[in-house]
Amino acid sequence: MQELLAQIAEQFPIVFRSLNTGFGQTLRLFFVTLLGAMPLGLVISFGSMSRFKPLKWLTRMVVGVIRGTPLMIQLLIFYYFPGLVLKTNIWGSGEAGRFFAASIAFIINYACYFSEIYRGGIQGIPVGQEEAGLVLGMTPMQIFFRVKLMQMIKRIVPPMSNEVITLVKDTSLARIIALQEIIWAGQAFMKGSQGISGAIWPLFFTGVYYLVWNGVMSWLLGKLEQKLDYFR
Amino acid sequence: MSILQVENLQKSFGATKVLDGISFTMEQGEVLSMIGSSGSGKTTLLRCLNFLERPDSGRILMGDEVLFDASDARTLRESEIRKKRLHFGLVFQNFNLFPQYTALQNVMLAKEHLAKERPDYKANKHRIHQEIEEQARDLLVQMGLKDRMQNHPHQLSGGQCQRVAIARALNLQPDILCFDEPTSALDPELTGEVLRVIRELADKNTTMIIVTHEMSFARDVASKVIFMDDGRICEMGTPQEVFENPQQARTKQFLSNYTSGR
Ligand SMILES: Nc1ncnc2c1ncn2[C@@H]1O[C@H](COP(=O)(O)OP(=O)(O)O)[C@@H](O)[C@H]1O
Ligand SMILES: [Mg+2]
Repeated sequence: MQELLAQIAEQFPIVFRSLNTGFGQTLRLFFVTLLGAMPLGLVISFGSMSRFKPLKWLTRMVVGVIRGTPLMIQLLIFYYFPGLVLKTNIWGSGEAGRFFAASIAFIINYACYFSEIYRGGIQGIPVGQEEAGLVLGMTPMQIFFRVKLMQMIKRIVPPMSNEVITLVKDTSLARIIALQEIIWAGQAFMKGSQGISGAIWPLFFTGVYYLVWNGVMSWLLGKLEQKLDYFR
Repeated sequence: MSILQVENLQKSFGATKVLDGISFTMEQGEVLSMIGSSGSGKTTLLRCLNFLERPDSGRILMGDEVLFDASDARTLRESEIRKKRLHFGLVFQNFNLFPQYTALQNVMLAKEHLAKERPDYKANKHRIHQEIEEQARDLLVQMGLKDRMQNHPHQLSGGQCQRVAIARALNLQPDILCFDEPTSALDPELTGEVLRVIRELADKNTTMIIVTHEMSFARDVASKVIFMDDGRICEMGTPQEVFENPQQARTKQFLSNYTSGR
């Protein structure tokens, strides 16, 4: 036991640096996904509420397929399909290419989940809110921004928090296309890397990163929820 | 001259005829009570006056301005409708206050947006804003809500919410203020405070249309009463005429159901 601890202490600086690099890639994927999926989700939610029936059904079908299949399959298809079938590598080579492909897959997947949350948030606002605004001579634009938007945000924060927490963990799925995120970095020390091999503790240690990051996100989102507690 | 003239309004939802040729007039300062069983078209009529529903045919005139004419496409334009709406105010049965704003902000919001359309807004922004706030405060004081201005709707009782909603509608100084069962969503002990402020408005000659199931209130406050039945005006007259000497069998039946029911 003491021997193992001594070994870990000795390996720690190298492993720590490597895991930090991996976690950097994890965080990049996390933020790019949020930044892309939040606005795209809004566009998709408008599509799924469109009065133009074909657009509405097409959007809902796409959302259904994306939500009904594993993100891991989507990652594999997005990454390999262009090269295998179209014989062109649209993603670019190396780690940058993998990151590009993973980002697109994650953004599309999460935008579909977000769109459903937005749709619920918008449709859940009583029609009387809009009517009260209209009767007071407000324009539809003013009603959206000054009356509905805040109520919608309040409604979507709790379900969005769940998705954000899930996303933190889901980034590890990008390991399947060998994106060098933190799981990949941890696993490298099992096979052998930087003079360390057969070490499994770095992989277990990646869990600490996820826990800490999830803690930070939960705390921030909890704060936001509290901030919105001034009305009901 | 009448300030409001409603001519032969018709409205159907699918195959159901909800308004079947409604015509009446109102004078400045008049209070019109509208009674009738549920489903008779009272809400739909108020919604037509406030342009929340578009009648299939008929006309609505305010003074000598044609606000709405189903056969004249020029009166149906969305951009104009927004301004025409301001002739009317509407107080909803379930208040429809904006939950994220305080009582004061609820009263001020629409007026602030309207003020931005004034040509002198940029130059006098600060003063205009102050005037709007002062006016909103006065109205809330008048509604007996002096100590409640900074509260959000969820911190207010139903009766207080409804009084905020009345102040919000009054703040735009509509020519005619419409009430759709303003006390129906309230606990019985809270109806009194809302009816009291409506009565005070009547004493100040505010022109109002009040849909209500409070029969004694409808009778006391009104100068004219309309009994609606199945999308038509079944009976119209002074409170004495309608309540004491109804001519139509339907009216008698409705009123007797009401008096025996309580
Ligand atoms: N948007 C609508 N779509 C279909 N039917 C409606 C709609 N609004 C009202 N109605 C019908 O119109 C009739 C009159 O309703 P309403 O004007 O609310 O009556 P009241 O206010 O007198 O109770 C009812 O039969 C109601 O079901
Ligand atoms: Mg009604």
